[in-house]
Amino acid sequence: MKQKLLVALTAVALAAFGTQVQAQAAKAKTGKLSGDMVKVGVMNDMAGLYADIGGPGSVEAAKMAVADFGGKMFGKPIEVVAADHQNKPDVGAAKAREWFDTQGVDIIVDVPTSSVAIAVAKVANEKKRVFINTGAATKALTNEECNPYTVHYAYDTYALANGTGKAIVQTGGKTWFFLTADYAFGHALESDTAAVVKASGGEVKGAVRHPLSASDFSSFLLQAQSSKAQIIGLANAGGDTINSVKAANEFGLTKNQTLAGLLMFISDVHSLGLKTAQGMMLTDAWYWDANDETRKFGRRFFEKMKRMPSFDQAGVYSATLTYLKAVEAAGTDDADAVMAVIKKTKINDVFAKNGYVRADGRMVHDMYLMQVKKPEDSKYPWDYFQLKKVIPAEEAFQPLSLSKCSMVKK
Amino acid sequence: MSEIFGIPMQAFMGQLMLGLVNGSFYAMLSLGLAVIFGMLNIINFAHGALYMVGAFTAWLGLTYLGVGYWQGLLLAPLCVGAFGVLIERSMLHWLYKLDHLYGLLLTFGLALVLEGLFTNIFGVSGQPYTIPDELSGAFNLGFMFLPKYRAWVIVASLGVCFATWFMIEKTRLGAYLRAATENPSLTQAFGINVPVMVTLTYGFGCALAGFAGVLAAPAIQVSPLMGSNLIIVVFAVVVIGGMGSILGSILTGIGLGVIEGLTKVFYPEASSTVVFITMAIVLMIRPAGLFGKEK
Repeated sequence: MKQKLLVALTAVALAAFGTQVQAQAAKAKTGKLSGDMVKVGVMNDMAGLYADIGGPGSVEAAKMAVADFGGKMFGKPIEVVAADHQNKPDVGAAKAREWFDTQGVDIIVDVPTSSVAIAVAKVANEKKRVFINTGAATKALTNEECNPYTVHYAYDTYALANGTGKAIVQTGGKTWFFLTADYAFGHALESDTAAVVKASGGEVKGAVRHPLSASDFSSFLLQAQSSKAQIIGLANAGGDTINSVKAANEFGLTKNQTLAGLLMFISDVHSLGLKTAQGMMLTDAWYWDANDETRKFGRRFFEKMKRMPSFDQAGVYSATLTYLKAVEAAGTDDADAVMAVIKKTKINDVFAKNGYVRADGRMVHDMYLMQVKKPEDSKYPWDYFQLKKVIPAEEAFQPLSLSKCSMVKK
Repeated sequence: MSEIFGIPMQAFMGQLMLGLVNGSFYAMLSLGLAVIFGMLNIINFAHGALYMVGAFTAWLGLTYLGVGYWQGLLLAPLCVGAFGVLIERSMLHWLYKLDHLYGLLLTFGLALVLEGLFTNIFGVSGQPYTIPDELSGAFNLGFMFLPKYRAWVIVASLGVCFATWFMIEKTRLGAYLRAATENPSLTQAFGINVPVMVTLTYGFGCALAGFAGVLAAPAIQVSPLMGSNLIIVVFAVVVIGGMGSILGSILTGIGLGVIEGLTKVFYPEASSTVVFITMAIVLMIRPAGLFGKEK
């Protein structure tokens, strides 16, 4: 009896779910906007070790984009919603599913932490909704894991490795040792940088893998020290990078060896202070103090968040604006139509000049090699970076011919 | 150069030393937990947050009031201890008659509130606390380059651990404390004010967390999450040592720091799990922990 009831209930539930899905699909075809509104979902680490890179600042950036777009799409509202994925792929994927299935979210932006980004990209592909990633680094998003609905917007491990790795080897840093965060991102960054180092004539002496948000880095740094490598490549991010740099200073590594932050954000430098961070080389996708337009955006953001935007946050702004413009041009929020517009329109805004999205989903734009200023060279708050070199878009990212993405025609 | 299990002697000794430094932190934090559990039967999940508050108090003092490191080392634990007394009097106090679980839930909630508050105000990347001039620089031990500050951490925490152990095991006050733990109503019948002792014990436990926080401030970034990264390991230490055992938590803390340090040489990927593997093994062989007594 009980079993029969259960079967009946399940059948009813399935039937109800089926009609709901059909109804939604029908609406998207007839109406201009699904759910009579555009919903932008900002998903990232809201309170963990990456929260200062994106976090609530990214939500604010998305809201700024909506405001700059005019706040309405075809006279209908544009809403920004936010969620914390806690750096856990299962949490991120479940939230993405919920957003797409029941909340009518049209696009997800940000999503730092490579493992979560890959999980969300899979959901976006399955549900045929747009996913523009600005926060995660793994180049897998436009290689093995690429799909028609995912755009990788701000940077990736290839660009970081290519920028910082090549520049340092060229200036004489031939031998390398890696301190690597033990998950998808760290491994990708390490292997990409190691490849660049070897290709440029350098040598990799070894690597040590540390758990995410390790409480103490001294043991790992001691191993890096005994490797006698000239350069210690920090293939980690956020709080992990900060604590690595701090411990490296304390243990005197910086006297004989040079640290290379393979992924450093302006928030990390701010937190470390210039005294500790000075001289480090890093690859940046955007810097607030680059020109009048970026400065204006930076100050507007500062008004609200009391800190300058990271390149991830600026990327979220630009990605949201790009998406909204594409919906407007396509006349619908149907993901296929929007993606078609995104892939053939140049991106020109505060974040990128003449940027464009390739077949594999990679947004290609100039990158910047920066050096952290000495305390005495910093003239005003957040004056942290010295531009060493502009890496032209074509050189900065992996050539399309090398992409392992199945959508790229060979 | 001689080698141990394929690792150069030099690296091995270095890691042993660092294990000792981390172990000192574990020892001091688990000591506070053990004292609180032993006296109050409260599993103090707010311990990590109090450690963080200690570090932040020192940082705030230095940044805004010009209170130096040495004064901070004294004042911050006092503040955190006073805060602990406040928590005990206003909240925990009402839960003694109930199941352990309520105390655990309350303190866990407190930890979340504290971490949330500090994250909201200061962000997660943390604030730098510079090492005091007297302790900057390093000793060259031949096999490694040991920052003076880390050496000081070992000395200070072992000193505090020893003093606590001595006070509880060897003094009259400690005897009262132990008696009150064993049989509160009988102890009260002898004219000893047990509720006040309980309050002070909780305050003292919290002060120990605050002290550890100040010690940690110059070594790692002062960040709202510094406690939650550490607290789970510290709980494992307490369980391995035997809940409520003072000597147990000190020795286990140092021991596990060393085990963890060595794991970082042989198989770094496992360094975050080795403590829990040890815990599982110990609990299989001795369910009450290494130094715990079966009840």
